[in-house]
Amino acid sequence: MDMIKLTIDNREVEVPKGTTILKAAQGMGIDIPTLCHFELNNLGVHNKPGGCRICVVEVVGRRNLAPACVTECMPDMVVRTNSMRVINARRTVLELILSDHPADCLQCAKNGNCELQDLAVRFGIRKNPFIGPEHSQSSYQIEVSPSIIRDMNKCVMCRRCETMCNEMQTVGALSAIERGFPAVVSTAFNQHLDHSPCTFCGQCVAVCPVGALTEVDHTGAVLRAIVDPNKKTVVQVAPAVRVAIGEEFGMEPGTIATGKLTAALKALGFDYVFDTDWSADLTIMEEGTELIGRLTKYLGGDKSVPLPILTSCCPAWVNFFEHQFPEMRDLPSTAKSPQQMFGAIAKSYFAEKINCKREDMISVSVMPCLAKKYEVGRDEFKVNGNPDVDYSISTRELARLIKMANIDFKSLPDAEFDSPLGQSTGAGVIFGTTGGVIEAAVRTAYEIITKKPLPKIDFEELRGLEGVRSATIDVDGLKLNIGIAHGLKNARKLLEDIKAGKSQFHAIEIMACPGGCIDGAGQPLHHGNADIIKARWEAIYRADREMPIRKSHENPSIQAIYKEYLGEPCGHKSHELLHTHYFDRQTTVEVDLNK
Amino acid sequence: MDNKKIIIKMKTEVREKVIEICKKFNNDPGELINVLHQTQDFLGYLPAEVQELIAEELHMPTAKVYGVVSFYAFFTMTPKGKYPVSVCMGTACYVRGGEKILDAFKKELGVEVGETDADGLFSLTSLRCVGACGLAPVAMVNGKVFGRLAPANIKDIVKEYREME
Repeated sequence: MDMIKLTIDNREVEVPKGTTILKAAQGMGIDIPTLCHFELNNLGVHNKPGGCRICVVEVVGRRNLAPACVTECMPDMVVRTNSMRVINARRTVLELILSDHPADCLQCAKNGNCELQDLAVRFGIRKNPFIGPEHSQSSYQIEVSPSIIRDMNKCVMCRRCETMCNEMQTVGALSAIERGFPAVVSTAFNQHLDHSPCTFCGQCVAVCPVGALTEVDHTGAVLRAIVDPNKKTVVQVAPAVRVAIGEEFGMEPGTIATGKLTAALKALGFDYVFDTDWSADLTIMEEGTELIGRLTKYLGGDKSVPLPILTSCCPAWVNFFEHQFPEMRDLPSTAKSPQQMFGAIAKSYFAEKINCKREDMISVSVMPCLAKKYEVGRDEFKVNGNPDVDYSISTRELARLIKMANIDFKSLPDAEFDSPLGQSTGAGVIFGTTGGVIEAAVRTAYEIITKKPLPKIDFEELRGLEGVRSATIDVDGLKLNIGIAHGLKNARKLLEDIKAGKSQFHAIEIMACPGGCIDGAGQPLHHGNADIIKARWEAIYRADREMPIRKSHENPSIQAIYKEYLGEPCGHKSHELLHTHYFDRQTTVEVDLNK
Repeated sequence: MDNKKIIIKMKTEVREKVIEICKKFNNDPGELINVLHQTQDFLGYLPAEVQELIAEELHMPTAKVYGVVSFYAFFTMTPKGKYPVSVCMGTACYVRGGEKILDAFKKELGVEVGETDADGLFSLTSLRCVGACGLAPVAMVNGKVFGRLAPANIKDIVKEYREME
């Protein structure tokens, strides 16, 4: 590799050709401030428009200051990252950004977690010479959708959201529009997000450095439900939450906090604390049976069977194919997501068990996800207008509730989930990361097809963080071709292949967020630190290994519910409660012959 | 949000022409600006449904098409009036009171810059220099140049065109 020698802040350094000044400086322990710049290297996420100019440095011999994030190192370059000129320029840049930014930090959802606020602290901004008269800032209407709140008054035009929406997710809901002061990131024709191809994956929210994009907050509604003596509250918590929530309380990324999480939910006053891992096991029973059913038919000679079967746990992914590939909507499994399966069972089987009327039960989910907020509102998941899940809150929202309720999370003694919807397996917990759903399905499908115990539970070949992965699993002679994609850009590749008739897969797992649910948009903000995602990923598999039972079909309470209530997987009752259907939501331009 | 498919209706000849223009540029997203130019030449403006169609043909997000349309002042989403009015805001016209001329048109026509009046007769835009700086301030109505304008002249100019109807 070609190496380049240069001097940064009077120190010589050697870097590979093509390295930016920012990267070279980082390697030397020089922390150049950035704002628009955003990278998640191992997940292929890059946003470097070089637009905000916070990272400018002095390059000796150049007339103008250079943005460190997009300027490549050159041989014998002499760079100063902290000269008076640089510091003054950065201050001015910051003051100009702040001059068109509301100063309502105390009431902002991102207060304490805002990268612009951090910069203002770092540069000790006390007064701003560029603040104009009142109402001189650009002004936009705040928009609320089922998952995401857009307050573009706070937008700093870093365009991270646009990069996530277009490049990582290829959803194309967001673009920079207009010019000059009215310039903003918005949808086509400034429409409401509801009328755009938005999937509510929330990756825009996950990367927004400021309070321009935030999640819809249901913490108040949840607290009111808890204290209402006429309501029974049932809470479920998703697998990825337990490996991330500790971060909100200063614990190491990758800490498995299942026991403390359960204890905190009990301390908050929920009547029943259950686990989405349980309904993940239930999902495997339904989805696995569906896979085996389709495969058996196909191998029996029926080539009209819709294959490959696609997973359907991820609501952003469901929105994606409904908008972008509606003609292929017979491919995904009809199994509801674990959240919705849980809700349906909580308000039927469990409600009957505790003798509680449907409308007297408030079902809450804690999710690493923002699309789940949208999913709970879908009409198919309501009975007479009463939703199976009333509120879906994010990992961040739960952390806020815990802090609000004076609960010292770190010192809580571990507690256990309640019975019967709290018992789960290692197969349930790996739903939280890319590759996990399909691995859980394979563990069960293998044993059902072969009627033999698995020689080895861990399918290492299905694990990893590469965007598209594939593996062939030998199921007693039957070669099962499996595809995995995370990030909707990668999902699109696999779908285009299916469309072109080039796909060799029998089953494909798709998760919308890079890394899967562990990097869901409802998780504690990682601010571009990919190591945090890696730590959560490792923790998920560690949690799996620690479980006494690791295959969904061996979960005793899953076996019990089929015996007592559901009958058999994909049977009549299951279809009624645990399966769903999909819609065509593409916008198409057609000829109007009447005109 | 409802679960219905959104279908946008459009006249056959418009649809066919737009598809033809896109094809001429090999349905290449990199040719978006050229496609928009030719479409606006043909239609006079770029309504939302046409942008949806262009996005579909060029395989790019509608938001990106709208991003370009809303960025450039030349592109418009409102149909032009029968008599388009353009007031010069170039340096020479500006220092000789171009803005007052623009204000007079706004008042007389009851529209803002970029808008078209209710009966579709006049639309108002501003532009940068028509090459007649010696006549500043200048405005163009339906391609005809009016020079050495004063705000008091505007009423009569508008009246002249109204009477042609």
